[in-house]
Amino acid sequence: MMDRGNGNGRSDLRIGVYVCHCGINIASMVDVKRVAEQAAAMPNVVVARDYKYMCSDPGQEMVQQDIRELNLNRVVVAACTPLLHEPTFRGACERAGLNPFFCHMVNIREHDAWVHEDREKATVKAIDLIRAAVRRVKHHKALERRTVPINPNVLVVGGGIAGIQAALKIASAGRHVYLVERELSIGGHMAKFDKTFPTLDCAACILTPKMSDVKKHPNITLWTYSEVDKVDGYVGNFKATVRRKPRYINEDTCVGCLECIDACVFKEPRFTDEYNEGLSKRKPMHIPFPQAVPQVTAIDPETCLRFKTGKCKSSCVTVCDRNAIDFDQKERIEEINVGAIILSTGFQTFEPKDRLPQYGYGIYDNIYTALEVERLVNSAGPTEGEVVLRDGSKPRAVGIIHCIGSRDTKSNIWCSRVCCMYSLKLAHLLKERTGAEVYNFYIDMRTPGKGYEEFYNKLLEEGVHFIRGKVGAVNDWAITPEEEGRLVIRVEDTLGGFVRRVPVDMVVLSTGLEPHKDAEDVRRKFNISCSPGGFFLERHPKLAPVETASGGIFLAGCCQGPKDIPDTVAQAGAAAAEALALIDKGVVELEPNTAFIDAESCSGCKSCLSLCPYTAISFIEAEKRAEINEALCKGCGTCVAACPSGSIIQNLFEDEEIFSEIAEVLSNG
Amino acid sequence: MQYSYYPGCSLKGSGRAYEESVLAVFDHLGIELKEIDDWNCCGATAYMSVDERRSFALAARNLAISERDMPESPMVVPCSGCYVTLNKTCHVVKDYPAIKDDVTKALDRAGLKWKNQVPVRHPLDVLMQDVGLDRIKEAVVKPLKGLKIAPYYGCQIVRPYAEFDHQIHPTSMDRMFEALGATVVHYPLKTKCCGGSMTGTAPEVGLRLVYLLLKEAAKREADLMATVCPLCQFNLDAFAKEAARAYGPVNMPVIYFTQLLGLAMGLSEEKLGLQRNIISAKNALKGAAAAAAR
Amino acid sequence: MNIKQSIRYDSERSNEFTKEVMARPGGEMIQACIQCGTCSGVCPMSNYMDRTPRQIIYMAREGFGDEVLRSRTIWMCTSCYACTVECPRGIKITDVMYALKRMAMERGTYPQRFPTSTMARDFFNMVRKNGRINESRLGFLVFLKTNWMRLLTSAGLGLDLIKTGRFSLKQEQIKSKNELNSILSGNGRPE
Repeated sequence: MMDRGNGNGRSDLRIGVYVCHCGINIASMVDVKRVAEQAAAMPNVVVARDYKYMCSDPGQEMVQQDIRELNLNRVVVAACTPLLHEPTFRGACERAGLNPFFCHMVNIREHDAWVHEDREKATVKAIDLIRAAVRRVKHHKALERRTVPINPNVLVVGGGIAGIQAALKIASAGRHVYLVERELSIGGHMAKFDKTFPTLDCAACILTPKMSDVKKHPNITLWTYSEVDKVDGYVGNFKATVRRKPRYINEDTCVGCLECIDACVFKEPRFTDEYNEGLSKRKPMHIPFPQAVPQVTAIDPETCLRFKTGKCKSSCVTVCDRNAIDFDQKERIEEINVGAIILSTGFQTFEPKDRLPQYGYGIYDNIYTALEVERLVNSAGPTEGEVVLRDGSKPRAVGIIHCIGSRDTKSNIWCSRVCCMYSLKLAHLLKERTGAEVYNFYIDMRTPGKGYEEFYNKLLEEGVHFIRGKVGAVNDWAITPEEEGRLVIRVEDTLGGFVRRVPVDMVVLSTGLEPHKDAEDVRRKFNISCSPGGFFLERHPKLAPVETASGGIFLAGCCQGPKDIPDTVAQAGAAAAEALALIDKGVVELEPNTAFIDAESCSGCKSCLSLCPYTAISFIEAEKRAEINEALCKGCGTCVAACPSGSIIQNLFEDEEIFSEIAEVLSNG
Repeated sequence: MQYSYYPGCSLKGSGRAYEESVLAVFDHLGIELKEIDDWNCCGATAYMSVDERRSFALAARNLAISERDMPESPMVVPCSGCYVTLNKTCHVVKDYPAIKDDVTKALDRAGLKWKNQVPVRHPLDVLMQDVGLDRIKEAVVKPLKGLKIAPYYGCQIVRPYAEFDHQIHPTSMDRMFEALGATVVHYPLKTKCCGGSMTGTAPEVGLRLVYLLLKEAAKREADLMATVCPLCQFNLDAFAKEAARAYGPVNMPVIYFTQLLGLAMGLSEEKLGLQRNIISAKNALKGAAAAAAR
Repeated sequence: MNIKQSIRYDSERSNEFTKEVMARPGGEMIQACIQCGTCSGVCPMSNYMDRTPRQIIYMAREGFGDEVLRSRTIWMCTSCYACTVECPRGIKITDVMYALKRMAMERGTYPQRFPTSTMARDFFNMVRKNGRINESRLGFLVFLKTNWMRLLTSAGLGLDLIKTGRFSLKQEQIKSKNELNSILSGNGRPE
């Protein structure tokens, strides 16, 4: 695997150094010409060049040509982060016939030009870093990437519109998908909406066909009311443990006739219906909504008399001629092997109660979150689409307050992207259904999407009020007669430049989107990273928007950041394509920066075993020594640092490589 | 536990009923308040409007004396204005090294040292956090049954530094009064500013605010309003008649939360300074007691 | 009809003014303002201001110093901190108002007969001299200087306060005046 002799003798070394300007990103803070001149004089450097864009075709060609014509056997590229272009320059070396691992990158952009303000010092730093790299590459060895076969199945976690879309695409391409959903039905947030912006087409009409496609598709295994407990393995070969919670109904026999609900001994629904955001009641025997997929009921053991007291005539059992009710149903654990994973675990809406009490939510009856209003205007919702307040009256005036839990350092700093548009949609629907005066209170109107600005124009023409100003307070303090008995919104009309008091009967809080409360658990489970706000972090914000830093794990939908339905569907398609691109290759190449154990010096102390976060190390009892599975090793280096006898070595991070680099960077040139 | 006590100018003047009731209540609960020796004015908002640096030095003298004489004791400050000014001094000195340097030098000239280790606490905070509702309930001998109270927190007690309650929606007093057996009315203006010195400097603004605050409590059928600040009490009590002349009749007694606490603990009205109200609360208290008895 | 033109020339603003505000404690963040108007929405005094707090922050950010310092708004601020705790950008608006008040005093652009600024000065002087405030005397002084008519309308108030033992013209003083003097001397602006 390794050619330890190749080019290691000092006299054989022929190094090329390439200094990138990165446009002006580097060149404005680092004197690249001087850096290249200095590099040319370093030991064993045969050629040193600077170029405007080293990553461009001509830049790469320059490197390749030098390798061929000057017989270079080491290449040092001083440019941006290796995260971005290490594959580029390794590829260039490989094409010119040089082992790609003889190429080394020096980051003089993020680590130098971008973080310094003194051009002279930044230039000296670049020279120091390059000198260190020049000394380091002497110790580089020719390495080879290993390949392992890929399991062609895909796991999709989360069955909202993102997960549904991704699962259907992959299944249609002929691959098997396991779709795991935490709730009783797939559909996610979209299933709760009445209409979708800007076209105002019915959410159910466009979503439910896709939901039933999922159920029908032979290539999709759908597990609702289930959660992924554990994930082991690595890109191409993951093993996932799925916990299927009991719903006390046999999914295979239930046909969704719903007669058990009618038969339940509770004649009237008495318990909070989570699906309707608490605006209605349900029975212990329930189905979240009429078009739920799977069309299977569930028993809530917290409220079911049979579970609570053991005493119930269980008329549900009597009425079910399919014998689908099973009070003894237990949690089941499924273990599956997949090659790729798509996370589409979604978001939660901002909860204004206690967190932002100035808007009166939880204090006054007629203050609603936008999601509650989605249910209220939904023809399948608690009022069958009739917009009435909690006392049954119709609002004469409605205030929609934007940016609740968005653009605020005290709640969430980001813009939630969808609230302006859904507020416009709700304004339209509320005006249409009630004829009320509708006021939108916004900070900035953000409508960047196809047909979105046109929708805003339509709302303006409909006579909806738009008051630019973040609301200061909502309360029932009346000063004037028309304010009596109503909710009063106090706000600065920033365009008018004065303070206004607007009396309304109903307030809609346009709550923002935030990471699901267990996003951190999911992140840890799947060994990926989160952005500062807590959404899952993509590998690159522009160039790898659906990949994660963990190979084989992809992102779709709002778990990566707030986005609307069109963007979610597009991203889900992209994630599906990435997953397919991975598994259709059949094999996965593993980077060779893994650790291995020097069998002779390993003392068998076992201290490395428990440290490995990827369980890549095992112990060979017969030989009393540890061994590393290179396929599982991610090259994190933990065991290398911990080994008391220094018997663990990591490719590309061998002692002599690191120490020579450190020694040189600390020397004075 | 012993606390150092900073009364401030108002509690020795127009707000002396506040001092009387604070001292009586703390004494009854067996908590020692030891007045800081030769304290000076905190500087309040006015001083800060004129000379910021000196205002911090001025406030810091009190903190330094408290720290010197009672190093282990938190400082209890009943006046919201003093409370926020002293707290602000602690915060600003922590956050701005240049101001810390100034303040240190100024105190040094007077031979004072200050390590900024004295927590500044409001009596409401101490009563709720250190004493606790359980102990308060135990001390109640005459529950305030039937009394409807509008809790008025005003501005500077929780904003911007206090951490013992919600800055926008405080509930400490609500919980305390419920523990005393009283009824707390929904009062949407509970944290709205009383106008501070506006009653004197811009009466068309100050008096109208006073009127609106009193009127709203009356509309919510409160028997009285409870306050935590001598300036709020002064504005709402002393300017009530003038406000009523300007904007319309309103009769709403405003008393200190410590007076209510003292009453529930069986202390005499005299001892709690209730006779110092211009708009007397005696009828409201009697009426509520009578209604409760029926 | 008196037709006035409403236009601002760039010569009326200066980045120096913005920098000066930002250099004062609490003013650091004014450039972060997104002009949402929360401050004006929660301000109990905003309905009495000639410019809303949001506009003041905006004009300070743009450097229209003279206009900002002449505004009545800064003198209407009662330091209730509602804006400060609710500002979504974490701008300490109350402290900015304090800074602007002081800048106005330093430059002499504050409204001379406007009682708030007069009271601030009288308060300052009384503390400087005695170490403590006598509210009765202070109120009397302010009314006398700014609106002596109020002395008449407030006669009843004075009587009420006397009756309830809350009125006193005796000037409270601290004992260690020397200590106070040394703290307040040689610090801040010369007197």
